[in-house]
Amino acid sequence: MNLGPRIIFSIGGVNVTETVCYAWIVSLILIAFALISTRNMKRIPKGSQAFAELIVEFIYNLVGNTMGKQNTNFAPYIGTLFLFLVFGNSLGLFEQRPVTADLNATFALAGITFVLIHYNAIRTKTLKGYIKHLSDPYPFMLPINLVGELAFPLSLSFRLFGNITGGVIIMMLLFNGLEGITENMEITIPFLLIGIPLPANFFFDIFEAGLQAFIFTMLTMVFIANGMSAQDHH
Amino acid sequence: MSLVTPEAFVLGMSALGAAIVMIGILGIGIGQGFAAGKAVEGVARQPEAQGDILKVMLVGQAVAETTGIFAFIVSIVLLFANPFINML
Repeated sequence: MNLGPRIIFSIGGVNVTETVCYAWIVSLILIAFALISTRNMKRIPKGSQAFAELIVEFIYNLVGNTMGKQNTNFAPYIGTLFLFLVFGNSLGLFEQRPVTADLNATFALAGITFVLIHYNAIRTKTLKGYIKHLSDPYPFMLPINLVGELAFPLSLSFRLFGNITGGVIIMMLLFNGLEGITENMEITIPFLLIGIPLPANFFFDIFEAGLQAFIFTMLTMVFIANGMSAQDHH
Repeated sequence: MSLVTPEAFVLGMSALGAAIVMIGILGIGIGQGFAAGKAVEGVARQPEAQGDILKVMLVGQAVAETTGIFAFIVSIVLLFANPFINML
């Protein structure tokens, strides 16, 4: 049994997998929605513009409440990340492999978070303060703190990957099991697949997708804000 | 009586290992249940803070889940990308 993503095509030895193609499709859908909903904007929003304003307001409130009012300039990135993760996680609804069921995708996103945390920490605290914060409370603790910092993107990416892959495996087992039951009853149409997987679909592709996207963005926000404001406590 | 081939032995032991690794989930169940219970206590004491308590509870549970996710990844590596079968 092969669990990895299928390879769609390859250009000069570089394999383009399902993950990359679906990530492009999700990005294109999000860009198209943004373009359509911001075309000829009205003062009193209507239709898709009202929906887009709802999302933007929700994201700005979330970022303001979590990172502080002075850090709302992170909202565009956080919002993009949240929407991409929600759509990328819930591709199982369309019988496709979710984008985040691939360690490469989640590790790339966690890498962006890692760079953002440390770039902003150095920007606000200067390099000297940053190294001082890393060698806290004693200088010989520096290697241990470094390992702790490096473990964060690893656990962030593995958490998202593990949750989504677990859902994919359980959905696969459920579908194969129901098909096997109908085959043993010698009925050619797998009628048990109608309706019975719906609760599992709801849990893994809607609830879990939204929850994991929320947790990923929430941890990103908390750690960026934490890195920027750690000097206030000393 | 037929002897067990090395491949069959490695595969069987890997399946057993994958199952034993998932015992690590036990601790997460206890931890998440504890967090949820404390959250219910918090909501009962202060119902107007329900939204914030829910948010903090979910993030805390997600962080507590990490060790179980590592166990799960070890388990799926043993099942689907077995590193030992190539060593024979």
